[in-house]
Amino acid sequence: MKQKKKWYDFLWIFSLTYLILGFFNILFAWLGLLCFFIPLIIAIAKGNKAYCNKYCGRGQLFSLIEGRFGLSRRKDIPKWMKSKYFRYGFLIFFFLMFFLMLWNTYLVFAGTKSLSTAVTLLWTFKLPWHQAYHGTVFSEGVAQFAFGFYSVMLTSTVLGFLTMVLFKPRSWCVYCPMGTMTQLICKARNVTSSQK
Amino acid sequence: MGKRKAVVSLRECVACGCCMKVCPRGAISIPKGIHAEINEELCVGCGKCAKECPAGIITLEVAEQ
Ligand code: SF4
Ligand code: SF4
Ligand code: SF4
Repeated sequence: MKQKKKWYDFLWIFSLTYLILGFFNILFAWLGLLCFFIPLIIAIAKGNKAYCNKYCGRGQLFSLIEGRFGLSRRKDIPKWMKSKYFRYGFLIFFFLMFFLMLWNTYLVFAGTKSLSTAVTLLWTFKLPWHQAYHGTVFSEGVAQFAFGFYSVMLTSTVLGFLTMVLFKPRSWCVYCPMGTMTQLICKARNVTSSQK
Repeated sequence: MGKRKAVVSLRECVACGCCMKVCPRGAISIPKGIHAEINEELCVGCGKCAKECPAGIITLEVAEQ
């Protein structure tokens, strides 16, 4: 009884298209907010991780690439990487970096800082990304946010790719901040609903 | 001799759903987004889920009768 493919099994196409579009026009990076809000809304409203379990295109992309090319060593992830300390620690780190990115966006909006047309990989390496910027009719802050958000998405893809090769295809899911956060929301919701 | 069944280490489960996607029997669900649950009636102990689990926390154990 191999499960039949459902429409949502093709959402990896969305994830892939997203990365490609962002290479040509950075403003598409805004679409990434969908991958940020949908899991949260599902977790808060429904109290489950249906996003991870069914819809997440990124998770699908990792298992698909690995299935096609057999890139993964398929080894168990080290114990510390699946520990709560690391998972929650990474979530906090990820959010600090996210707020830093928002702050930079704000500075560009406010006109204190000029737009930087670069994508920052792994919070450190600046990749020139001018090819994706064709000006914007809005404030330059709109573009700055796009560069920032795309940096987040690309960084997590690279990390996910590395751990895919080193460990199992979807090792990223063990420490994915969205996954950890939605699980925490589900836990919190469950505590409150069982007390009712 | 008892049959082998998949057992999830609930505390370590990240509720990602990789196991759910590969189970040929549809024996796994993640009802509350906290951890996976195995339906022992349906599980045939094939071990596909254990192989797929990125956290490596599913083991096959002989169910005590
Ligand atoms: S843990 Fe992250 S990458 Fe994995 S399915 Fe959930 S949201 Fe997607
Ligand atoms: S051992 Fe096989 S049948 Fe049992 S839950 Fe895992 S994948 Fe499903
Ligand atoms: S694959 Fe592993 S970590 Fe993910 S839901 Fe299943 S048992 Fe939990």
